[in-house]
Amino acid sequence: MTPRRRPEGRLVRSYVVTDGRAHPTRNTLDLVTLLIAATDLPLTGLNPEKRRVMELCRPGALSLAEVAGHLQLPVSVTKVLVADLMDSGHIVTRAPIPAARPSDARILQEVLDGLRARL
Amino acid sequence: MGSAPASDDVYLRPTVKTAVKLLVVGHFAVGKTTFVGTLSEIRPLRTEEVMTQAGAVVDDLAGTRDKTTTTVAMDFGRLTLNDSLVLYLFGAPGQQRFTKLWQDMTRGALGALVLADTRRLSHSFDVMGVLEELDLPYAVAVNDFDGAPVHGLDEVREALDLLPETPLVRCDARDPESSTRALISLVEYLLSRESESELEHA
Ligand SMILES: Nc1nc2c(ncn2[C@@H]2O[C@H](COP(=O)(O)OP(=O)(O)OP(=O)(O)O)[C@@H](O)[C@H]2O)c(=O)[nH]1
Ligand SMILES: [Mg+2]
Repeated sequence: MTPRRRPEGRLVRSYVVTDGRAHPTRNTLDLVTLLIAATDLPLTGLNPEKRRVMELCRPGALSLAEVAGHLQLPVSVTKVLVADLMDSGHIVTRAPIPAARPSDARILQEVLDGLRARL
Repeated sequence: MGSAPASDDVYLRPTVKTAVKLLVVGHFAVGKTTFVGTLSEIRPLRTEEVMTQAGAVVDDLAGTRDKTTTTVAMDFGRLTLNDSLVLYLFGAPGQQRFTKLWQDMTRGALGALVLADTRRLSHSFDVMGVLEELDLPYAVAVNDFDGAPVHGLDEVREALDLLPETPLVRCDARDPESSTRALISLVEYLLSRESESELEHA
């Protein structure tokens, strides 16, 4: 057994913070969807976990996966929270490239150039 | 816990518009976490979920965590490639293929780098099979582990039964240049496939 890094009860709490829902209100959220927090909306009325998402995202953009990682929340829970925050206008997203055409040659060339520039 | 990270470079440049992902996969202890950590510009992150064997996320309200559940984990890191483009690397073992997290990881991914260890090449078949089922193109990088027998790449190619066009390179996952070169081989391959299919459809 590896030592538990997380406090006991994390999973129970995760479930409760989504009001018991297992599914987000939208299914377009990807691990690399970029999240941008609105800076002009008050956080009043948000539950503590949504507040944490907002506080994390306010200084700058992050992907959904990074938000889950920083807040140590499962991706599934993070999606529910983010979808709600999108519904209330607290978060806007920059979609990842459409999954239907991720192998766009132009993007691949840009990735290649970016990697080569690191050598 | 729970406070926002302190460092400025945690956040993406405001000009970033596009995010793409590549997978780093392979069997147990093959170097996935090391590879992602070597290349990431941020402290690598990790997410975990507890799943039932049927693949549902466990809510655990009744404390039902038992041997029918498994913990699914994934490490990931980030490389900003230019002002508008960011690359995310997701590292995970392949035997999680039926989980939601694995589906999330593979959906929209450009391709995968399979890490392999010459001491147990046959352990790589499973994950290669998963990628083939998903029609996700991949390249293979053989990590030279200390004390491992050194095989010629031709021998490795034959042992892994790779297609002639599948790139096969050596890599030290602890070394940034070597790891970057492995990713470059993968992306060159993805680009060549793309140009070919464009020609076919022309
Ligand atoms: N010599 C050598 N050692 C490596 C290389 N890559 C990883 N290692 C070592 O191998 C061990 C396992 O590496 P990890 O990165 O934890 O492997 P992993 O695939 O993430 O392992 P799991 O997540 O447990 O499946 C570590 O001690 C690394 O330092 C490599 O390219 N060469
Ligand atoms: Mg690992």
